[in-house]
Amino acid sequence: MSAHRVSYTLDSTLDTVNSAEEVASQIATEAGFADEEVMKIAMAVREAAVNAVLHGNAYDPGKKVTVDFERTDQTLVITIRDQGKGLDLAKVPDPLAPENLLKTSGRGIFLIRSFMDEVEINPSTTGTEIKLIKHVHGTTADGKEASQ
Amino acid sequence: MKTSTRQVDGVTIVDCSGRITLGEGSVILRDTVRDLLAKGHKKILLNLGDVNYIDSSGIGELVSAYTTVKNQGGELKLLNLTKKVHDLLQITKLYTVFDVKDDEAAAVKSFGQ
Repeated sequence: MSAHRVSYTLDSTLDTVNSAEEVASQIATEAGFADEEVMKIAMAVREAAVNAVLHGNAYDPGKKVTVDFERTDQTLVITIRDQGKGLDLAKVPDPLAPENLLKTSGRGIFLIRSFMDEVEINPSTTGTEIKLIKHVHGTTADGKEASQ
Repeated sequence: MKTSTRQVDGVTIVDCSGRITLGEGSVILRDTVRDLLAKGHKKILLNLGDVNYIDSSGIGELVSAYTTVKNQGGELKLLNLTKKVHDLLQITKLYTVFDVKDDEAAAVKSFGQ
């Protein structure tokens, strides 16, 4: 099994969000994902990068966002880390709850979970790490067909 | 994101194109709707036929536009959703919140007097 890994350290700016999205789109395309899957992966990365820049690092020029892409034959794993105070998952609202439908924010993590096969969120006092996993050609790591 | 506006039978149609995303895209949409309301235009039809991408911030901006117009006694409807935008509104359960149209003439007629 071959693996390919690239890592980027980026400033806490909107340009970082756009760059992360563009690189994700390029890498997902090279990995052989169909156009619709590429769009979903790129959008999930964009949303995670937005969270890292805005909510994690709060545009602090002294804090960085790191984005790692690791591709194997079976999976594309994208890990995004910020240097913020750590996301409080208990405070992430359910955007589908009737009382939240007309809120103007709070849909990013929901969209990430909708678009990726697996999502791991690991907050700590030194930042939040979010791992986005997409299985190539709809197979899981053990080779079985992934459920959608 | 770019917008241009035109008037049809008392309805302001906002033709949007490009991406409605965090930053410029969301700001342009917000400013456009705010300017229309300031001029008294409260029947607004957002034509999203050329909007090929929207992120969670853009979705939030659409919700904000909808509630802002509604709170001022107006109506804001959506026209010509692309598949991507349609799918996004479906999974976020907003498709039934917005009044979504796919025919411009019928959409214009659907606004109250």
